[in-house]
Amino acid sequence: MGLLTRFIFQAVPTLIGAVTILFLLLRMIPGDPAQAMLGADATAVDLARMRHELGLDQPIWVQYGLYLRDFLTGNWGNSIVSKTPALDRVLEALPDTLMLCGMAIVIIIGISLPAGVLSAVRRDSWVDYGVSVAVFLLMSMPQFWLGLLLLLVLSYWLDWFPIFGTGDAGDPLSILHHLVLPALTLAAGFLGLVTRLTRSSMLEVLGREYVRTARAKGLREGVVIVKHALRNALLPVVTVIGLTMGQLLGGAVIVEVVFARAGVGTMIWDAILQRDYPQVQAAVAVFAALFITTNFLTDLLYGLLNPRIKI
Amino acid sequence: MSGGKDDMLLEVTDLSMRFALRSAPFKPKRHVHAVNGINIRLRQGETLGIVGESGCGKTTLARCILRLLEPTGGSIKLNGRDITHAKGRALREARRDMQFVFQDPYASLDPRMRAFELVREPLDALTDLPRKQADERAIALLEKVGLTAAQARQYPHQFSGGQRQRIGIARALALNPKLVLADEPVSALDVSVRAQILNLMADLRAEFGLSYIVISHDLAIIEHVCDRVAIVYLGRIVEQGAVETIFNAPKHPYTEALLAAIPDPDPQQRRRAADIQGDLPNPSAPPPGCAFHPRCPKATALCKQQAPEPRMLDGREVSCHHAV
Repeated sequence: MGLLTRFIFQAVPTLIGAVTILFLLLRMIPGDPAQAMLGADATAVDLARMRHELGLDQPIWVQYGLYLRDFLTGNWGNSIVSKTPALDRVLEALPDTLMLCGMAIVIIIGISLPAGVLSAVRRDSWVDYGVSVAVFLLMSMPQFWLGLLLLLVLSYWLDWFPIFGTGDAGDPLSILHHLVLPALTLAAGFLGLVTRLTRSSMLEVLGREYVRTARAKGLREGVVIVKHALRNALLPVVTVIGLTMGQLLGGAVIVEVVFARAGVGTMIWDAILQRDYPQVQAAVAVFAALFITTNFLTDLLYGLLNPRIKI
Repeated sequence: MSGGKDDMLLEVTDLSMRFALRSAPFKPKRHVHAVNGINIRLRQGETLGIVGESGCGKTTLARCILRLLEPTGGSIKLNGRDITHAKGRALREARRDMQFVFQDPYASLDPRMRAFELVREPLDALTDLPRKQADERAIALLEKVGLTAAQARQYPHQFSGGQRQRIGIARALALNPKLVLADEPVSALDVSVRAQILNLMADLRAEFGLSYIVISHDLAIIEHVCDRVAIVYLGRIVEQGAVETIFNAPKHPYTEALLAAIPDPDPQQRRRAADIQGDLPNPSAPPPGCAFHPRCPKATALCKQQAPEPRMLDGREVSCHHAV
């Protein structure tokens, strides 16, 4: 139980801090929700009435107090645009986004771990240099640009992948087919980080005495590398992959927009353009909660992997 | 032990190990001869001590014999089989007969494995023993070295240094090896537990009929554990023979100096001045002639020009022009 208490004590203040910053940032964006909703030719009377309905005519600290009260009591308000509960809309869109991030994690682990291990084991060889150049290239490209490039080459010219959308619901193959390019784009920026980290962590562990011990015991080289070196080298890598999960949520906004996928990212994008404050607040609060939870789970996993740390 | 060619366990002939130094481009490559023409014969059941200063090549020699390094010259025969350049399966087979105890019990155990898993691992790798029996054997070995069955389930960080070295010894014995190489087996331990570990090693030697090669800079340990001793200076053996012979009447000036440097427990006894000065020369540019001549009190013009060949003298092998 101590574990849960600690989680709540860490998570709640962090979450409140996050939504406070969000609240302030949103209100610093120029533009008026009432104007955005009613259009350019709305009368001053209509605008004033709409602002009053939305509570925007109150002083900002009153707005904040009310917002915080509603947030803590679970009343996250309705979307200004759709008039339906903002939280429900977020939860509806969430599976698509989580699937995208999950797939990106799978790609990161599937490519970066083997590449990092190979670079470390074949240090200073052509394999090592090749991997370095490849991951630096991927790392240096902005996500929106890489996404557009992949779309142009693999979807438009070669026609291997669909250009936009999430795929036919209920058809896993179609969903997967639609998922490949966005997930690859999302993963690209993190491949370099995780590959380099795996490499340096492996190099450090490969020089350790217990790896030499393992070799002298008469173990096969593969067993030495996977069981003794990789298992110990994974500790920092697991932490970083856990933190990456949070950053992927941020990257998902851009990737979902570029690939015109349904999801929380697209929802945030649209809501910001429409000045739909409650909708943005609900979506970002859910992201913040997810981020905090994955960090906590990473800590837990770290403890499980490292017998020297008891949580 | 006495006798014929048959019980020869380890034959190291003219072994050398050369490391290339990182050099600037367009300059000739330079090398360090960490081990330079070493000969060792070890019979079944015998214990050999290898002594020398830091940096003299003791550890490189051990790593070559264990084939963690591939020697650049000479040959290593274990049980009559040449393992100098063995690879893959042949090398792993050789390790069935040849295990090791490393210097640092803190660094040489994988922190993510429990004690009995560490001991069991060589069994998994090199025998077909079913898991349950391998577990039992691992726990029995840990009990043999003085740990309990409950401790067998703990992780390395939960043990003290002496206990960890016991785990290392149990692991070394798992495969029933004929030869155990111990590289500074107690130098990382508190003085109070050194004797325990050395006595344990001596007991196990008698019980399992092991041969040891013990590498140490501590002459007292060698005297306590070994039958024979080889004194190494700058990658070469300068004197080799039975421990009593050499400790009672050293013939090589370097051996004399090492023995003279042992502190005497009697405060009345005036300490014999160790009559060598300076440090080990740079091994990448060893002095010509006898490598020891710049530090040797007996050095003459001959020593500067000609390296001495090993010769038999009073029951030991010594490499010195002036030993009498």
